[in-house]
Order: sequence, then structure tokens, then C-alpha cells
Amino acid sequence: MIVGLEVHCELNTKTKIYCSCRNSFGAEVNSQCCSVCMGMPGTLPTLNEKVVDYAVKMGYALNCSINPVSKQDRKNYFYPDLPKAYQISQFDIPLCENGHLDILVDGKEKRIGITRIHIEEDAGKLIHDESFAGTLVDFNRCGVPLIEIVSEPDLRSSAEAKAYLDTIREIVIYLGISDGKMQEGSIRCDINVSVHKPGEPFGTRVEMKNVNTFSGAVRAIEYEAARQIEVLENGGTISQETRRWDDLKGCNFLLRSKEDAQDYRYFPEPDLSTIVLDEEHLAELKASIPELPNKKVVRYMQTLSIPEEDARLLVESVEKAAYFEEIIAAGKIVPKDAANWVLGAVSRVINETGKSIAEIGVSAEKMAKLIEMLEKKEISSSAGSTVFEEMLHSDKTPADIVAEKGLAQVSDQDVLQQIVDQVAAANQKSIDDYRGGKTNALGFLVGQCMKASKGKGNPAIMREMLLKILEQN
Amino acid sequence: MKGMNINMELYRLTAAELSRMIRNKEVSSTEVTKSVFSRIKAKENEIEAYVTLNEEGALKKAAEVDEKIARGETLSSLAGIPVGIKDNICTKGLRTTCSSKMLSNFVPPYNATVINKLEAADFVCTGKLNMDEFAMGSSTETSFFKKTKNPFDTSRVPGGSSGGSAASVACGEAIVSLGSDTGGSIRQPASFCGVVGMKPTYGSVSRFGLVAFASSLDQIGPFGRCVEDVAMLTSVICGKDPMDTTSVRREYPRFEDHLSTDVKGLRIGIPEVYFGKGVTEEVRQSVMKAAHQYEAMGAVLVPVELPQPDYALAAYYIIACAEASSNLARFDGVKYGYRSPNFTSLEDLYENTRSEGFGEEVKRRIMLGTYVLSSGYYDAYYKKAKFTQNLMQDMFRKAFTQADVILCPTAPDTAFKFGENSDDQVKMYMNDILTVTVNIVGLPAISIPCGFDSKGMPVGCQLIGDKFSEQLLLNTAFAYEKAVGGFDLSRTLA
Repeated sequence: MIVGLEVHCELNTKTKIYCSCRNSFGAEVNSQCCSVCMGMPGTLPTLNEKVVDYAVKMGYALNCSINPVSKQDRKNYFYPDLPKAYQISQFDIPLCENGHLDILVDGKEKRIGITRIHIEEDAGKLIHDESFAGTLVDFNRCGVPLIEIVSEPDLRSSAEAKAYLDTIREIVIYLGISDGKMQEGSIRCDINVSVHKPGEPFGTRVEMKNVNTFSGAVRAIEYEAARQIEVLENGGTISQETRRWDDLKGCNFLLRSKEDAQDYRYFPEPDLSTIVLDEEHLAELKASIPELPNKKVVRYMQTLSIPEEDARLLVESVEKAAYFEEIIAAGKIVPKDAANWVLGAVSRVINETGKSIAEIGVSAEKMAKLIEMLEKKEISSSAGSTVFEEMLHSDKTPADIVAEKGLAQVSDQDVLQQIVDQVAAANQKSIDDYRGGKTNALGFLVGQCMKASKGKGNPAIMREMLLKILEQN
Repeated sequence: MKGMNINMELYRLTAAELSRMIRNKEVSSTEVTKSVFSRIKAKENEIEAYVTLNEEGALKKAAEVDEKIARGETLSSLAGIPVGIKDNICTKGLRTTCSSKMLSNFVPPYNATVINKLEAADFVCTGKLNMDEFAMGSSTETSFFKKTKNPFDTSRVPGGSSGGSAASVACGEAIVSLGSDTGGSIRQPASFCGVVGMKPTYGSVSRFGLVAFASSLDQIGPFGRCVEDVAMLTSVICGKDPMDTTSVRREYPRFEDHLSTDVKGLRIGIPEVYFGKGVTEEVRQSVMKAAHQYEAMGAVLVPVELPQPDYALAAYYIIACAEASSNLARFDGVKYGYRSPNFTSLEDLYENTRSEGFGEEVKRRIMLGTYVLSSGYYDAYYKKAKFTQNLMQDMFRKAFTQADVILCPTAPDTAFKFGENSDDQVKMYMNDILTVTVNIVGLPAISIPCGFDSKGMPVGCQLIGDKFSEQLLLNTAFAYEKAVGGFDLSRTLA
């Protein structure tokens, strides 16, 4: 199976690509448009330079070469959601070309070629509703800036396609150039699929449109590959065509065959000047690219010994990954312990309160200190939870909280022996139970010791002491 | 100057004269405006220059200007002057039709940048002037609404596509006017109607709000009865516009302040090929007479080599139609303008709206443009035309090392009769053969009257300059105007 993807990603610039309308999702129908993005007679586009910057950043992130001189072209076709009846796009000289993206599939990296990235404008939306006959048009999305990322046919399975899409999404979020929200249509893709027998040349490719979710992409690819194999096995041939994916029905159907392929009559957009990028500006953009999520996951796994699943969970959120890295930089601690805290207690608070890590107000330094104390067994894990909860509500340091609440773990043999003896004396029934075979009585007794020590006793030591008594007979 | 009769004839004066009189309080803008509208009432039935009149708005604006003057405010030289606007330039709240059924009810919610500039200069808008539909034509015969007549002979066309702009100025239905020039649409009608018309350098005037025909060639420009009027109007409309990225940032002078008649040592290039095939003997002689006039005034005539006009014409029609096919695609019946009542599907809506809404010439050019951009033909036509464009640029670059200004006829012949060319498109297109090269190379050019042929129709002399040489062009034209004692419009203003 051979798969290539064309990903359209909406950029989150403040204004649209060719006018000063706000670029926002979910506003009242036809409230975010003007005479320019509605293509009124005599109006002219002016390029939003931020769009170029964002696209160039994506180009650098995907290891592309950037064309310092590129142009914009008109793609002509009629559709009611396209008010000018042409889309301003880039044809023969895109902003970025010849890159690659490393994706992680089954714990192994695979390199996928990137053919090109270009900028273009989005179209509006057609509205159909049972409450009226006919179709209405919402022009709010007209002129929303898009980048189109075209891959080489390097993907070999739906799993690879999914990993590719996830990685693209994480990268645009890391770069801060898109919100990556699939449910709002921020990322959409067209899929090219072909099949062939091992050792034979590539088969004829079929393009699928209307794929709006990544899980839908997986289903669409598997469906199409199976369809093509069935056709071939029944002695048929695959023709180059465009099919429409219906995710609800879980199947696709013919949109147009090669003979009906649209002729877009591309030609250079005469209303806009050539895009010229100077070296200095390009260097600035290149320098602004952070470590990207796909590379981060691999580094966490290989140099910090974080398991793949945890590494992915951390990297998924720009904020969590940054917090995690600050914690391990702030103290001499085992990275895995820091990962557990970020993915455990910290994530729980974020989910429960809806706050960001910054809003929770526990600095990486304090968190590092807390983890250090735990690793040195200066406090018990239950005391650790108490300290963390307290830090959520006060500015105190972990050390202060431990001192104030007397949470420091006691390991003094004499003190602990005294506690254990008292608990043993008071719980003869449990001792009998244990000796009678109910070994879980031990847990109860350890709990009683912890209670008696007000949570400060070292449970491991007290457990040993209890066992000695229990095994005495 | 006192009394009704004198006021009735204010329309005969130039913008320069009226401007001085208004600011010296010798006449009011209201009197001037009323004079122009009474002239419109007298002549419009015959000439039919306007698609839409703006009498109420014009008088209101004139009264405002008069109040400002009464208050002692300092006003622009264009303040209170009645100006006609070609109907492809968007005017907020005032119908803008492009002389097409397609936009017969289109009222723009915005002004073209040139209109904003004119408003800032307190102009008085007389109305919207007739033109060839979407500026496609050389006779104003393709207008959906009416046929504008040539004020010198109403059995003849005024030229086009800015026929209304030229005719209105020639007969006093406007003092000055704006037109647009994609392949000669200002210069050729100026030549046919005996007035001055200039196509400025591409990029010197904002195209924002000019309904596009061919974006890379279109340029708005002025008409006037004398060079000074054209200079005044040019000064107001030039300038970089953030809304038009193809407009050029540079210093644009107040051209009328620097007019000079000194042409001593000026090298005037004479391109032989532009006096050749198709150019009538009478036109050739009139234009050469103007050239010799310059020589007598101290200029030097030098031969220059220019691109073959027929290659230029072919390249022009390919580029212009290609861009037009895309620019006019938005008129699809979905958002504004004409919508066919006959449709049952989206396809029908598009097909019937465009079949019924556009005239024959527009449809012909859309089809030509669609063809030359189609896959398989793009390289043979559009790409080759763009290549030719580069070659022509090189030739002009070389010519301007040998000459400061190039002189040639504006059109091969004087105004023709209605219907004379409308059955033969190639013959009609030949009208543009001497003007299109200027648009393809993006140069400025001006057409000035240089006499009459034996039929009594005006002949136009075209002066072509290097990029942004408007001042030199205006000065050269001004020198000729002064030398011949002004341009004779006594017959059309009578």
C-alpha cells in the first residue's frame, strides 16, 4: 500500500491572508467578512506577511529549502463558496520545497519526504438546513490563511499515515502557527492511495477528499486499499480518479474520473507582487524554531529513559514538556520521577481545575525540591502528596511545609520500635489472624503504625519490625 | 462677468480657469455645476455620455464647497470642479455598472481610492460615464445601455472604451473626467474626440476600486480640454496606496506647478513602424506636422526602433483576455449583480446568468482568455505572450537611451461611423495597434489633438515616455499646445 497526503492547515494569524478581517472561528454567520474577502468588484488583495512567516517556519520545521523569491497564482474554478471564482494559491514556485519529516512508528523512526509547502486562502462554507429550501453561504472562512503540506508517496500503512498526521499536528501547535483543532476544521487532508504486489511497480493512485479527522483518515485509507485490492483480484483495473470519503457510511464513492478532471487554468496573480524574503529575516525565522515534538520524544526515550508512552504524553502538550524539562534542570533527580509527577498529580489538577500549569502556581524549582526529598526518603510518599496539595494553596517551599507540618520521615530504630510494640500490643486479634493465615492483616498493622507515627514513620522499616514480631510465635 | 448668460457658458472654461475663478470668488461652484448640468440637459439626448447622473449629489457638494470658500478655508485646486467618472470606478452609494447588464443594479459600499482622493480634494461628481462593457471595446458600442456619440459628428463613435469620458469633456458635459486605459482606452477616445487624455505609468495610480479588466495592464487616468487640466487631475490621483500592492511608493510632484514649454534639445523618437501599415495618410501627415513643429521649437527628431505593432497586439489580446477571463469569473449570479431567473441547478444558474448578463464582446474575450490558459495551450499562448512582453520591455529600454520621448499617432485613423467595424473584430482590434504596447510595457503616454482630417474629425498625436516621466510628457504636450494656440473645441462646445 502506497499513501501520500496533502494536509491543509489553517494558520492562527490575527487577521485573514488578504484583508484586515479577523481570523476567528465560530463567529456569527457572515460577520467576519468584508468587500475584499467577499471578492466585490474592484477590490484588491494585500498579503498578510505573518502568513509567509508562519509558512516559512513550517518549512524549516520540515527541513525544507525555502525559496527566497516565490509568487502567488490564481486557481480558477466556480463554486458558490469561492466568491472570486478563483483561489489565490501558489503553483510552480511554492514557498518551501524538498523537505522531510521523521515520524515514530512502533518505536522506530521513519523518514517521510515533504514535496512542498505553499500558502493559499480558504473558501467559505455552504449551509444546508431543513428549515429552508436551497443553500446559503457563510463567507467568514473566506480568506482564512492556509498552508498546504504535500508529502511524497512514502507512507506504507494507515498507521504510518496516522503517525504522520499526529506529528504534523503536534508541530504546528509547537510552532504556535495553528491551533490544530480538528473539530473546527483547522486541519484537513486529501489522501492518495495505490496498491501493488511486492516487487511490482506502483499501482494507479486514487485521490480521496473530505477526510476531516485523523481516525477517519485511517478508516478511509484501509477502506480504499481494500477496495482496490478487491477490484484487482476480480480482474479489474484501477483508474485515476477522485473519490469522496463518507465517514458516517464508512465508504467512498466516485466524485470525478480523470476525464472530468478540472482544469484550474493557473496563472500568476497580477494583483500581488512577488514574495521576496531577505536572508536576515529567514535566519531569524529559522532561529525561532524550537525543538520539535517528534525529536523530543526520541530524546526523552533515548537519553532520559522515559518509556515511549510517557514520552508521548509529555510531548503532546507544549506546556507539560516545558515544565518537565524545567524540573529536571532544577535539581538532581531521576527524570522518570519528574515525568510521573507531571503526568500524575499535576495532570490531575489541570484536568480537574481547567487551569494551566502556570496558573497552578507550583514552580519547577519547588517541584524539583519535592521530588528530591522523596528520592532521598526524607519524606514518605503520602507526605509528598500532602506537600504538593499544600503548595497549590500557598507560596511556601516544600522544606517549609515539611518543617511546619512535621512531615519529615522518621527512620530512628528506637522510636519506631516503640511505636511498633505499642501497635502490636493493642492489636492482638490482627496478630492472631495473620498467624492463622490471613496475611493481609500485615497491611492493616502497617497502616496502624503509620497512623500512630502521624504519617512520619518509615513504613518499610516498621513493616520489617512487624514481620519479626509476627514470625516469632 | 455677470448675469445668467455668462453663467450658462461656464461649462466652456477649463478646470484651471474655473479653479482660479472659484477661489477668487468670481464664480461659485454652484454656478459652475449648474452650468454643466444645464449643458448636460441640452446635449445629453444627442450625445448620451452618461449612464447615471448625480445632479442632486453634485449640487449638494458644490454648495458645501461654496460654504468652505465663504469661511475662508484653503482648498485644493480641484475644489468645486465638476468631474465625470467612468462607470467602472467604484463610487460609494452611486451605481457602478461597467455599462453591463451584469452590474446594472450594483451600488458599491466603498469608494475607489481615486474617488477618496478626489473627495479629499473637494471635487464635484457629475455622474458615471458610459463605456464599452467592462472596458472591452474601442467604440463604446458594446455598452449595454446606450451608444455615446462623437460630439464632432454624431454619426461617428467617440472611441472607447472610455467613450463617455472623452465625449463629455469634449462637449462640456463635464469639465474634466476620469477614464481607464488597458490597451488605449483613454488615449484613443481622447484622440477621436479632440481632447487630451493621459495613461499614467502602471503603478502610479491606485487600481483599488477600479473594476478589473486586465489587472496587469489597467490604469486610471485623466481627460481634459487642455494639458494643464490633465496635469491637475493627475496630481490628485497619483500615489502609493496600501490597498493596492502594485502601486509604487515614490515622490509624485504637483505636475501643474512645473509645466514648461522648453523643448530645446529634447530628443523625440520617431518609430517608423508606428507610421506604417494601417495608418492613413491624413493621420500620418498631421502627426508628422506636429513632429516638425517640435523640431522648429528646438527639439531633435531621431529614428527609434520599437516592437512590431502586430506582435504587440497579439501579446496584448492574449494577456488581457487571460486576466479578464479570471477577473470576470466572479460575476456568477451568487452574490451581487444580475441573476438569471431561469435555473434549476447550480450549473444552470452559472450558465444562464453569464449568458444573459454579459454582452457578445465580453463573452468573446472570456472564451479567448479561458482558451489561452487551458492546459495544453498555456505554453503556446500565455507563456509566449509573457515572453514577448519581456522582449518589448528590452526594446523600449534601448529606445529610451536614444530618445527622451517617443512620438507617433494615437490611432491609425480618425473616428469611424457606428457599425463600421462592429462586424469585423480584427478590424476593430486594429484600432488599438498603436496604443497597446504602452500598456504591455507599463509606460506613461499622452494623446494630444494635432489637427483635423478632411472629414473634420480630430487627429491624435501620442507621446510615450519612460516609466514615471509624466512631468516630461506633460511639458512636451504643453509646449505644443502653447505653440499652436490651444486645442480647437469651438465646434463641440458651441
